[in-house]
Amino acid sequence: MDPMIFDLEKTPLREVNRTLHRLEAGTVQIQNPHGKHSVAAGLRTAIKVYINGHCGYYAAGMNQLADVVINGNAGVGVAENMMSGSVFITGNASQSAGATAHGGLLVVTGDAAARCGISMKGVDIVVGGGIGHMSAFMAQAGRLVVRGDAGEALGDSIYEARLYVRGKVASLGADCIAKDMRDEHHAELRALLERAGYDDDTADYTRYGSARQLYHFHAGNEY
Amino acid sequence: MSDGLRESATFDRATIHAIQRAAATGVYDIRGWGAKRALPHFDDLLFLGASMSRYPLEGYREACGTDVVLGGRNAAYPIHLDIPVTIAGMSFGALSAQAKEALGRGASEVGTSTTTGDGGMTPEERGQSKHLVYQYLPSRYGMNPDDLRRADAIEIVLGQGAKPGGGGMLLGQKINARVAAMRTLPQGIDQRSASRHPDWTGPDDLTIKIQELREITDWEKPIYVKIGASRTYYDVKLAVHAGADVVVVDGMQGGTAATQDVFIENVGIPTLAALPQAVQALQELGVHRQGAKGVQLIVSGGIRTGADVAKALALGADAVAIGTAALIALGDNDPRWSAEYEALGSAAGFYDDFQDGRDPAGITTQDPELAARLDPVEGGRRLANYLRVLTMEAQTVARACGKAHVTHLEPEDLVAVTIEAAAMARVPLAGTDWIPGSAR
Ligand SMILES: Cc1cc2nc3c(=O)[nH]c(=O)nc-3n(C[C@H](O)[C@H](O)[C@H](O)COP(=O)(O)O)c2cc1C
Repeated sequence: MDPMIFDLEKTPLREVNRTLHRLEAGTVQIQNPHGKHSVAAGLRTAIKVYINGHCGYYAAGMNQLADVVINGNAGVGVAENMMSGSVFITGNASQSAGATAHGGLLVVTGDAAARCGISMKGVDIVVGGGIGHMSAFMAQAGRLVVRGDAGEALGDSIYEARLYVRGKVASLGADCIAKDMRDEHHAELRALLERAGYDDDTADYTRYGSARQLYHFHAGNEY
Repeated sequence: MSDGLRESATFDRATIHAIQRAAATGVYDIRGWGAKRALPHFDDLLFLGASMSRYPLEGYREACGTDVVLGGRNAAYPIHLDIPVTIAGMSFGALSAQAKEALGRGASEVGTSTTTGDGGMTPEERGQSKHLVYQYLPSRYGMNPDDLRRADAIEIVLGQGAKPGGGGMLLGQKINARVAAMRTLPQGIDQRSASRHPDWTGPDDLTIKIQELREITDWEKPIYVKIGASRTYYDVKLAVHAGADVVVVDGMQGGTAATQDVFIENVGIPTLAALPQAVQALQELGVHRQGAKGVQLIVSGGIRTGADVAKALALGADAVAIGTAALIALGDNDPRWSAEYEALGSAAGFYDDFQDGRDPAGITTQDPELAARLDPVEGGRRLANYLRVLTMEAQTVARACGKAHVTHLEPEDLVAVTIEAAAMARVPLAGTDWIPGSAR
């Protein structure tokens, strides 16, 4: 089947997204996104979508099953609340990449800005470069792999997500601590790196997670 | 107690007890319910019934419409409600699954909507709710695009009247296996809901977020924006600019499942003060009461009676939402559980420990034995009865004022009995033509 091609200079976004929502299978090329918001948001089937150019906010938001490649940079909240499938970005990602995402794989080849993986709920995120401050804030579940450095307050108020960082961490947020890398963590990390197309030595990484000291408010209500 | 004892107005019994409690425990008080302090409210307004210059409608006989349409501005499928009283968002987690189902049943029986809450959509409430509004909250607990598509409308929550600027909390005793799984959190931990949305900040971002939600749902669903009343005039303007189809304004009396007492009693403004500000904002933008092209206003926070409903509509709301009153209708604070309330250190009529999970009425709990005390069918029937009474009461007042539809009530039908209420509601003090603060 020939790939379907949409040109966002000619076809309104609403029409493109609507068509993608109804597509059962196939490959789609989207040209000239020119920073438009919500490109390929709400996909729900196992289609392949290539977005050729830079995207605005919420590209591939809430993705289900689809494999999306962004040949360019992505704006705020790329793949936010993704459920499954994958989103691969060849450039950099702005704030809140993969925010609240429940599943699937998000790969950012370049850097990701602040709040990467904020409130993540099961997604796997692999960042080729570094990540900004407040990343993995209140991260509940899933794995975040950072091949570069992490900004301030990494993993503040983190729950059960696991963070693997190769470079320097500017500072850890409340209740986030460095943890031992046991065999299962090396294996898990190796598998994640492989899925994203990297073959780093996992011994160079440090694992971070919750000290679980904020799990109870100690706020009683006695009379 | 001797007749000569005089209670201090400054240090009253509740205040003294609060100091003693704080001194004994070193922790602040968290509770449910809403503000308990006296505030200017709908009680301080009265209707001017028809007289020589106004013509009343015949009670019971002449039609007085109650239906409302919400969210026609952008959505392919606006919501048509038979009555202007909706059920506010209350989370599964805060409430039992049976309570959520009962709310859906009661609301559907009289043709109105119910709303999910922080914690996602349950099949029980979706199944029993004819019109279900799906909340989009900072925590995004349980948020998923399938439920978004299953919903009849989407409500982006910026805040609640009980705690504008506050996040949420659900204490560990209410996080059972099902609640934990829906929220992707470990069982039994105290769980915090964020106070800020994770992927947008400010009104310009909100515009883009609203557009995203529309794109994901193919522009089918009305999008509401809910705000806790504080800077209401500006917030409503910004919400409308951002693209809201419906604005929900929740005043400080509004209920909560678990918030610090200091927050509930001291942050936000009363419903009566917020409502005219919201209406002014909508009027200035040319979207107030403009039919399908307009933006509708839902007001909540301390709505108890059909008179409250009628007064809110007269001041310019298109509909109201109820939380606490709906729980009471289901059986919350019922005297039949008096002994158990007392065993918990409370009493029927005073119980506010919704955070605690030991609700004798089985409503604000995840304990299977307690939750089983509420029969969703019976609870739904009681709620439907209550909603019918609210509607009939509002109609009674509207007919007396000569209105063929409850939303035809207007500020001109109202006066205030206190100066404060006159200033806030922007209606004259009874017997005068004085509206404090208005430049005449
Ligand atoms: C038990 C309970 C749980 C609530 N949960 C939520 C919630 O999850 N999301 C929300 O926006 N508001 C929540 N609220 C606030 C209600 O939506 C509503 O704003 C408020 O109850 C209205 O005021 P009223 O209780 O005086 O009617 C909750 C209120 C109660 C009493």
